[in-house]
Amino acid sequence: MREILKKLDSKRRRAVEGGGKDRQKSQHRKGKLTSRERIEILLDEGTFEEWDMFVEHRCSEFEMEKQKVPGDGVVTGYGTINGRLTFVFSQDFTVFGGSLSESHAEKICKIMDKALQVGAPVIGLNDSGGARIQEGVASLAGYAEVFQRNVLSSGVIPQISVIMGPCAGGAVYSPAMTDFIFMVRDTSYMFVTGPDVLKTVTHEEVSHEELGGASTHTKKSGVADSAFDNDVEALFQLRRFMGFLPSSNKEKPPIRKSEDSVDRLEYSLDTLIPDNPNKPYDMKELITKVVDDRDFFELQSDYAANIITGFARMSGSPIGMVANQPMVLAGCLDNNSSRKAARFVRFCDCFNIPIVTFVDVPGFLPGTSQEYNGIIKHGAKLLFAFAEATVPKITIITRKAYGGAYDVMSSKHLRGDVNYAWPQAEIAVMGPKGAVEIIFRGELGDKEKIEKKTNEYREKLANPFIAGSRGFIDDVIMPNTTRKRICRSLEMLRDKKLHNPWKKHDNIPL
Amino acid sequence: MFEKILIANRGEIACRIIKTARKMGVKTVAICSDPDLNSPHVNLADEYFNIGGNTSAESYLIIEKIIDALKKSNADAVHPGYGFLSENVNFREEVHKAGKIFIGPPSQAISLMGDKIESKKLAKSASVSVVPGGLDVIKDLKQALKEAKKIGYPLMVKASAGGGGKGMRIAFNDEELKENFNSAVNEARSSFGDDRVFIEKFIEFPKHIEIQVLGDQFGNFIHLGERECTIQRRHQKVIEEAPSFFVDEELRNEMVSHAIKLAKAVSYYSAGTVEFVVDKNKNFYFLEMNTRLQVEHPVTELITNIDIVEQMIRIAFGEKLSYEQKDIKFSGSAIECRIYAEDSSKNFLPSIGRLTRYIEPSGKNVRVDSGVVEGSEISMFYDPMISKLCTYSNTRKSSINEMINALDRYLIEGVQTNKDFLSNILQNENFEKSNYSTSFISENYKEGYDSFNVTLTDKQKIHAVAVFVNYKYLLRAASISNQLKGFNKTVGMNWQVIDKGKIINSKISFNNFNKSYDIYIGKKYLNLKSNWNIGHPLFSAIIDNNLSYFSIKRNGPKFLINHNGSSSELLVFSKRHAELNEIMIPRKKEDLSKLLLAPMPGLLVSLLVKEKQIVDENQPLAIIEAMKMENIIRSEKKTKIKKINCSEGDSLEVDQIILEFE
Repeated sequence: MREILKKLDSKRRRAVEGGGKDRQKSQHRKGKLTSRERIEILLDEGTFEEWDMFVEHRCSEFEMEKQKVPGDGVVTGYGTINGRLTFVFSQDFTVFGGSLSESHAEKICKIMDKALQVGAPVIGLNDSGGARIQEGVASLAGYAEVFQRNVLSSGVIPQISVIMGPCAGGAVYSPAMTDFIFMVRDTSYMFVTGPDVLKTVTHEEVSHEELGGASTHTKKSGVADSAFDNDVEALFQLRRFMGFLPSSNKEKPPIRKSEDSVDRLEYSLDTLIPDNPNKPYDMKELITKVVDDRDFFELQSDYAANIITGFARMSGSPIGMVANQPMVLAGCLDNNSSRKAARFVRFCDCFNIPIVTFVDVPGFLPGTSQEYNGIIKHGAKLLFAFAEATVPKITIITRKAYGGAYDVMSSKHLRGDVNYAWPQAEIAVMGPKGAVEIIFRGELGDKEKIEKKTNEYREKLANPFIAGSRGFIDDVIMPNTTRKRICRSLEMLRDKKLHNPWKKHDNIPL
Repeated sequence: MFEKILIANRGEIACRIIKTARKMGVKTVAICSDPDLNSPHVNLADEYFNIGGNTSAESYLIIEKIIDALKKSNADAVHPGYGFLSENVNFREEVHKAGKIFIGPPSQAISLMGDKIESKKLAKSASVSVVPGGLDVIKDLKQALKEAKKIGYPLMVKASAGGGGKGMRIAFNDEELKENFNSAVNEARSSFGDDRVFIEKFIEFPKHIEIQVLGDQFGNFIHLGERECTIQRRHQKVIEEAPSFFVDEELRNEMVSHAIKLAKAVSYYSAGTVEFVVDKNKNFYFLEMNTRLQVEHPVTELITNIDIVEQMIRIAFGEKLSYEQKDIKFSGSAIECRIYAEDSSKNFLPSIGRLTRYIEPSGKNVRVDSGVVEGSEISMFYDPMISKLCTYSNTRKSSINEMINALDRYLIEGVQTNKDFLSNILQNENFEKSNYSTSFISENYKEGYDSFNVTLTDKQKIHAVAVFVNYKYLLRAASISNQLKGFNKTVGMNWQVIDKGKIINSKISFNNFNKSYDIYIGKKYLNLKSNWNIGHPLFSAIIDNNLSYFSIKRNGPKFLINHNGSSSELLVFSKRHAELNEIMIPRKKEDLSKLLLAPMPGLLVSLLVKEKQIVDENQPLAIIEAMKMENIIRSEKKTKIKKINCSEGDSLEVDQIILEFE
């Protein structure tokens, strides 16, 4: 027994050493933590239960049989975040560059399978050079096994990827199929084809950072949901983020006590909407003033900023927030913002998170670039997402709700549960000026008449009362009461039950 | 008494006047420009008239519009407040012609005293000591240079119709005079619609002390003592107090007798202020007489318990002064801080925007005169003063302490303010000893004021607050639903605070005896008791038996804590997490040194350089007009202009790139 324990101890020590002291130091020199250090921050202290510490690769080509490290470049297991069960895998860049071997993949698949069975989220901390080239197709098969599980888990348990080093080639497709991707600035990058290949094939010269750094994916491609300054910050923010998500689709999102009064009135919201309908205002002020503790976890803040998405709590329960941002492109819906919000709405619907929507939308962004890039299908995604969602949906129209975009933005017609409007709301087919220019097309020369008719249109149609008279909005509310009204609605809808017809799956216009 | 009065002003002073009128049972009429339509002064008044326009020149300065509102509203009288038309004789005449009463001094006094040159002549003839120079209007630069020879440098260019530092420039030599003369003229024109300027000797190391007088229409005069307004920035008063620490009984008697002598000489009535400059040896010179209510009148009200606005209204109605000098009792000490929307870390450039979060301090010894509420817009059209914060106490020392606390309880978000800067001045040893002149700020704060660069002596307090707040957040986070049984979810007691790279060990434990927390920090224990609600941006706690105030922002493990004019960015970690955090590499800041960014939103009045031009250190590059002030943007070093991205007449946003250097 003593001998065995000694052997166990030495094996464990060997596993913890990973790629050795030098490689760990080199990891530190880059400002990166090791795989185990990352888990130390992510999970509650002392809760990590590690599995498969003794797994080794089975490759014997290229003298690989001489290089074996227990654990094989990935640390897997489970633990808790604020007491809630979470599965985690954390790739070890110090062991074969974190490359994915057949057994490395098997370790990941093992915790993914268990997470799916017990209904708990999987967090992947990615830091890998890619496929274990020495293993050839066995490594590729490993990727595919992970991909398959990503797909089967999708919509059942939350899957979160944090890119904390390189992630290239086929490896990107596992994170791509998870629900959220976070990146670390300066030390992480993601791309399908790297700069070296690019240079030989297309003669394009581009740095790793430019091609696939955090800035690229949070601003240009929209692949990443958020980026953080370093490993420590990313992991702390991830802990905060996980507090918004239920463990699985069978659970309600987690609640916790709030000291922020549900009845809090915010009088300054009464002056949020400028007198001039063409002047922008910051929708984020409304968001931070209605949610608990002004605490809003925004996603994709630098991408398609004309729509805002993110999580917050109201009277202690998580909600998903979708809001047009008049400060950017006047809050128009366009290709990117439609896709961004659609994916977010679908996530919320998967995981029973009520959706609060703030609407100030003058319509879809016009232009050839929009049409050529398929605004018809992209816009339809958001429409589809709102329409199929069965979670509680609360919608507040703060100002403009014009045309088709009015329908899209969680309107009553798409089974909005509670639809309120602020007194300044203009719910109409289009803005007064545009409308009059069409109706009185022949009389555009008569400036006086056009102005008169514009005012008439504004008075008659661009207000919340027509929609109110048909019951398309449930009430016109004072802006200062917005928090209170939403909190009450959420409470009323707590046990909402609504089911879509049985289907294998829907056919969203991808 | 009047049935109804119109207030020909906006902002805090309009609110201030409305409050007194209401107390007296007088109805009030407000006027407003378009951007002020939702302002508190409009909501507070019984009626209002929207006189349109955006800028002051399009609204509050147009006499006809106000007379029209006066007639329509059927008010009996007008209170002009300060600034705008308060010292405009034409306005007073028009009010009179309309058969209404102007709440202020007679026309003759306004015109004699309102014009700096006339008033000086008059003071001189009444044998009041005056400052050399300044008797002739200077028409152009040539004459200015000639006059400068006569008086000698340093000298000051001042707007004849001016006040409050607008249209005022100092020159130490011919070059500076050349550079500043025209902008003084331009500013005079844009601020007062009158481009006359004069030049006078600039007295170095002066103190600014003024006497408040009240006179009725029957020739009775009293004074309400002095106010010291020495703490100024670019001739704009920043901190005022009453009484002055510097003035002794003898000096006070002498100054008030001169002030009243002057007031009598112009047959003054209503409230007026005689401003003096006082040198080290307690010689005083008459500067000017302000024939209106002063911005800083509240400090006098606090120490005399007399409502100056009420007295103005009563005097205008024709009542006799109800006080004699012997009835005026001075007690205690009052301080006023002017809270400006400006960025002290960026050379006090104006900051505009919506007050997204605004909480005023309150309390027995605190008075806030403001004309804004949360959601109000600090616009580029008007003065950037947000409010006047006053504290009152038995002694000057405790009044200062009250003020430092009040500033910590004052939350303003959406614009940058000078709050921290003010707090720092109040803690300056020389301020406490009254050892300063009007150049105190320019000497002590050459680079402006950055609250992140200040280290307080009692940092432990701030560290303890960070540990406490972090602990509260973690306790709540650990109270979330759907937890696993049998897993550790307790929140630890041992913490490390990281402040500018320095690690401070800490331990927090609940003190069951008095329901507080004992926090070990920096080799000592602090006891902290607080009923703070998680998420509230203002934090107060009894720390070792002293009530202290802080404002707090949190982002993950990062805390931004503001206290006593200093800001700290702190991290709170367990020991192990702090170790891991040590491995992190600080991110490099973006290199902005090759760009000239607009330091504030405003109008690009002129671009003084061309592409490819080589510029010297300190050479003017561009002039931006914001808040009616022309700001000269200078080159920081000798360099070459690579590219110009804007053109004259552009409206600039803050941080917009104006030009690029090589």
